[in-house]
Amino acid sequence: MPLVEIRDVTKTFSRDAERIDVFNGLSMEIEQGSFTALMGPSGSGKSTLLNLIAGLDRPTSGTVTVGGAVVSGMSPAELATWRARNVGFVFQQFNLLPVLTAYQNVELPLLLTRLSKKERDERIRIALGVVGLDDRLRHYPRQLSGGQEQRVAIARAIVADPTLVLLDEPTGQLDAKSSQEVLSLLSRLNAEFGKTIIIVTHDPHAAARARRQLHLEKGTFVEQAMAAGAPA
Amino acid sequence: MRIPIAYNLRSMLGRPVSTALTALGIGLVVAVFIGMLALANGFAAALTRTGSDANVLILRQGANSEMSSGLDRASVSILSASPHIARGADGRTLASPELYVIVPLGRIADTTQLANVVVRGVGEQAWTVRANVTLTEGRKPASGRNEVCVGQRLVGRFPGTGLTETMRFAGRPWTVTCHFTAGGSAFESEIWGEAEQLIPAMRRDGFQSLSFRLADPASFAEAKRAIEADKRVTVDVYRESEFYAKQSELLGRILRILAILITAIMAVGAVFGAVNTMYAAVSSRSPEIAVLLTLGFRPRSVLASFLAESVLIALAGGIVGCLLALPMNGIVTSTTNWASFSEIAFSFRITPALLLAGIIFAVVMGALGGFFPARRASKVPVVQAIR
Repeated sequence: MPLVEIRDVTKTFSRDAERIDVFNGLSMEIEQGSFTALMGPSGSGKSTLLNLIAGLDRPTSGTVTVGGAVVSGMSPAELATWRARNVGFVFQQFNLLPVLTAYQNVELPLLLTRLSKKERDERIRIALGVVGLDDRLRHYPRQLSGGQEQRVAIARAIVADPTLVLLDEPTGQLDAKSSQEVLSLLSRLNAEFGKTIIIVTHDPHAAARARRQLHLEKGTFVEQAMAAGAPA
Repeated sequence: MRIPIAYNLRSMLGRPVSTALTALGIGLVVAVFIGMLALANGFAAALTRTGSDANVLILRQGANSEMSSGLDRASVSILSASPHIARGADGRTLASPELYVIVPLGRIADTTQLANVVVRGVGEQAWTVRANVTLTEGRKPASGRNEVCVGQRLVGRFPGTGLTETMRFAGRPWTVTCHFTAGGSAFESEIWGEAEQLIPAMRRDGFQSLSFRLADPASFAEAKRAIEADKRVTVDVYRESEFYAKQSELLGRILRILAILITAIMAVGAVFGAVNTMYAAVSSRSPEIAVLLTLGFRPRSVLASFLAESVLIALAGGIVGCLLALPMNGIVTSTTNWASFSEIAFSFRITPALLLAGIIFAVVMGALGGFFPARRASKVPVVQAIR
């Protein structure tokens, strides 16, 4: 059974008098436990698709269903609760809160749960351990390298144990070495922890890590390919 | 669930200059607010303390101040026989017929600057009737001599007010034999001397008022009814405390209105300062807000968080304002009491309640200034802000 189902989605942006149709009847499915790369040129709708799946944006028409829940039909408050439980999101700009330590940044999603302080502490240490930063708990984002910041962001995305992890150009700001570290981490999250991962990327190396690549162009999929040699 | 307050605290400290300036703006308003109300407070307190609940003040009918009153000797002797007057240990009635005159005196700093000072000619019993009057040094003026006792608040502010020094008014020299306090009341801004010496010196032939101690403090209403019903005299009877409190009403009310008006105008400025700071904070932290919303924090949590931040800044400002205002407490100033046209000295009076009012005022300013920016924060468009 697919985890994400997109049915006949249209999305139109109005900029001044101009109407831009990003999607015109897009449908797709993403299986639970899969690792999918969304590729395509700028303006093809990759990020918009990711935002629709995360419920950060609404389709003009059509439905977005994630794990049986109709995301496109939820109120903003319902969406907030749903996102806190089901989705981890990683951004290109890392977007850690600069005034909070790595530990406190990772703790944020857990503040929306009923976990006790002790349980939270355990989860945070595990999450930061998974991304290899358990020695950087008290560091502020400005004291970390770009790669480390992005790993903290990934720890923040997985700490509440969501089924779905969405990443928008996670390696866009990183050097080659840091990119490799982050990508290996994603493969591990997928293979070892069974997370469903959807990554938006320009980077063919990043896309090569995915088990499924989807190419978007002008709002439609032009080609679907299983990446050769990708980890099973 | 709440966004941790540490996020707000550290964000505030992350922009120390704008936070400090905003807090200072609010602090200054709070300081002025407290200062002006302390002035009104002190003025009211000085006059309220002047009177005692156990005392009765009798004025000529229709007179609304001691100055405009007048009681001839015949009336005074009729009134002094009232059965409602308490008796002292020596068996004599505790009543004090009093002369109330205003004399212009030059101030010590600049003797060409005249102030109207109250000279009160009192009877022997006045010192007992006015229980709050205490000699701080010297001895009471002796009967039959040109001697006066000077209220503590006048000492050092007018020439010749020191002990054994000589003051000149009403065409005579007056030797200062003592200084007195009166619990911070308006009496402390007066010069007291023997009525029988002052009356001829001032070319008067009667008194202005009669004060007496009630035999039974609970029987004021009855005493008032009995005395006012007496056909031989035409007088108004007041409870002394109520009379003096009423004397402060006009100026006290004006001071209060002025305080509220001035601080309201200043508060508008401070609130705009807070609005500006918070809008700047929201706009520079839009990506952070978008992250919080993406993580699943609700818009109303974001609103509460930014509102709390504004209130915290204002609270800091309120505390600064209280600290700025506190040194004013006890500073003596003087003004002309419009009800009696005489100089009255009093101190700024800052009470815990006033400080609390200042803090609440600051918090209200912070909440007002923070609301619209906080509402904007809660409506940050996530998708655009995150880029």
